[in-house]
Amino acid sequence: MRRLLLLALAPLLMGQAKPVLVPDVSQRDIEIAYSFTGAELLLFGAILYPGGRTPGQGEKPADIVVVVKGPTQSVQVREKEKVAGIWVNAQRMRYRSAPSFYAIASSRPIDQIVDERTRAIYELGVDSLQLSPASGAAPEVQARFDKGLEDLRARTGLYYQAPGAVEITDGVLYRARLAIPARVPIGKFTAETFLIRDGRVLAAAVRGIEIRKSGFERFVAHSAEHYSVIYGIVAVALSILFGWGAGAVWKRF
Amino acid sequence: MDLYLPIANLSVNALVIVALGFGVGLLSGMFGVGGGFLTTPLLIFYGIPPTVAAASAASQVTGASVSGVLAHFRRGGVDLHMGAVLVVGGVIGSIAGAGLFTLLRKSGQIDVVIGVLYVLMLGSIGGLMLHESIQAIRVTRGARPPRPRKRRHHPLVAMLPLRWRFYSSGLYISPLAPLLLGFFTGILTVLLGVGGGFILVPAMLYLLGMGTQVVVGTSLFQILFVTAAATMVHATTTKAVDIVLAALLLLGSVVGAQMGARFALAVKPEYLRFILAVIVLLVAVRMLLGLAWQPDEIYSVELL
Repeated sequence: MRRLLLLALAPLLMGQAKPVLVPDVSQRDIEIAYSFTGAELLLFGAILYPGGRTPGQGEKPADIVVVVKGPTQSVQVREKEKVAGIWVNAQRMRYRSAPSFYAIASSRPIDQIVDERTRAIYELGVDSLQLSPASGAAPEVQARFDKGLEDLRARTGLYYQAPGAVEITDGVLYRARLAIPARVPIGKFTAETFLIRDGRVLAAAVRGIEIRKSGFERFVAHSAEHYSVIYGIVAVALSILFGWGAGAVWKRF
Repeated sequence: MDLYLPIANLSVNALVIVALGFGVGLLSGMFGVGGGFLTTPLLIFYGIPPTVAAASAASQVTGASVSGVLAHFRRGGVDLHMGAVLVVGGVIGSIAGAGLFTLLRKSGQIDVVIGVLYVLMLGSIGGLMLHESIQAIRVTRGARPPRPRKRRHHPLVAMLPLRWRFYSSGLYISPLAPLLLGFFTGILTVLLGVGGGFILVPAMLYLLGMGTQVVVGTSLFQILFVTAAATMVHATTTKAVDIVLAALLLLGSVVGAQMGARFALAVKPEYLRFILAVIVLLVAVRMLLGLAWQPDEIYSVELL
């Protein structure tokens, strides 16, 4: 009877042995309006240790890693080569699921927190992204294209790492600021938080963030996509009106 | 003043774009060209995606040509008959251009083709114009006697069958010649976002042999319709016309065009042509360097 009770309680007890993450983000919705020049996300939360205790003095402090990912895209990367004196696109590589945005913040440099294998499993770090190439190519060619894609996105601020950007207060509260650039794509984003100690992921939690165009910007993008003929006519009418109007106004001076 | 462009998906400084439009408009008013050949490369240089730049520059040229067409029309400077033939050719050309655009984009060579076309076109036109304007300046300075020149069309044009009379232009030629000319400028308009005025005007003068009094007005007439058609083609196929970007460009360029037109009256036309030739050649050299130098980005990404 006692053994049975212990067995029934086992999952609960085991669950208690692991800390739990309670994450949140400052904005669940980011609206892109006419004045959008990027946004700053504050990702914060608490680490709940079993029994409500806080890590003691002697214990090794745990690390927090926060990853913000944009919706995945299927992309084609082209590589330029010099042919007959000019630079033209030569080789190409397709990827089935490259994140459109990837930012990682951590309390210490990521390579000091976890090993290569764990990084690959949880996609921790720009160089550990699972890009799933669609075209079969030699590993060294693929590595070159991976690097090219990562470099290109890093330069426009779409992929970046912020080691040391996570602040942990008293071992239980954490916060990190991540910048969302103006060139960000729209869609459903995820903010993942990982609690890591001794190279092992102890807890993980996910929050969704939705980035969308709002008001006039959404109206324009929607019209261009769905009512393209009317959109084109409006664009032409607008340019004729501008040209004619300027001429008419100018004549009065 | 930052403003988010809903189609280009990035935010730009609105004042920079208006100023860019103003500068191009000033030149277009002064020289009677649309200025698309400057807008597209400058927008690309500023970081706007090439497709969006070409698509939105076309609508700026439409705006710039409207007041010009009206002014020429009032004083009978538009050969509607010839213009209609050119426009028909231009619209067919812009549809063909759209097909070519999609094809080139699929093969990944659109940027190179745009670059090479710019270099070839601007290089040759700029060179010819520079030569011609230097001759003209020497003539006005009395250094050289003017060369008598008979107005006549090119022998190749005369070989084409089916002749029509174009009264305002003073021509009796086959409509196939202006149709083909319109067709080629239509392709260029869709590919490069240019009006094609700097090709049309010399071609009308030296290939077709049209009367000078109707050349500029008729070319503006064709540009107006063909850039409007190109905007429509882009809106329905590439969906890359950014109406906010176009409005900003228009705002600057229509004001600039009016000021440029006044300024042009104060300067001798051969000097204007000389300055324009230098600007055109500078753009061509810049584009050539862009093709030959190792680019900052070896890799480029496109969404599938």
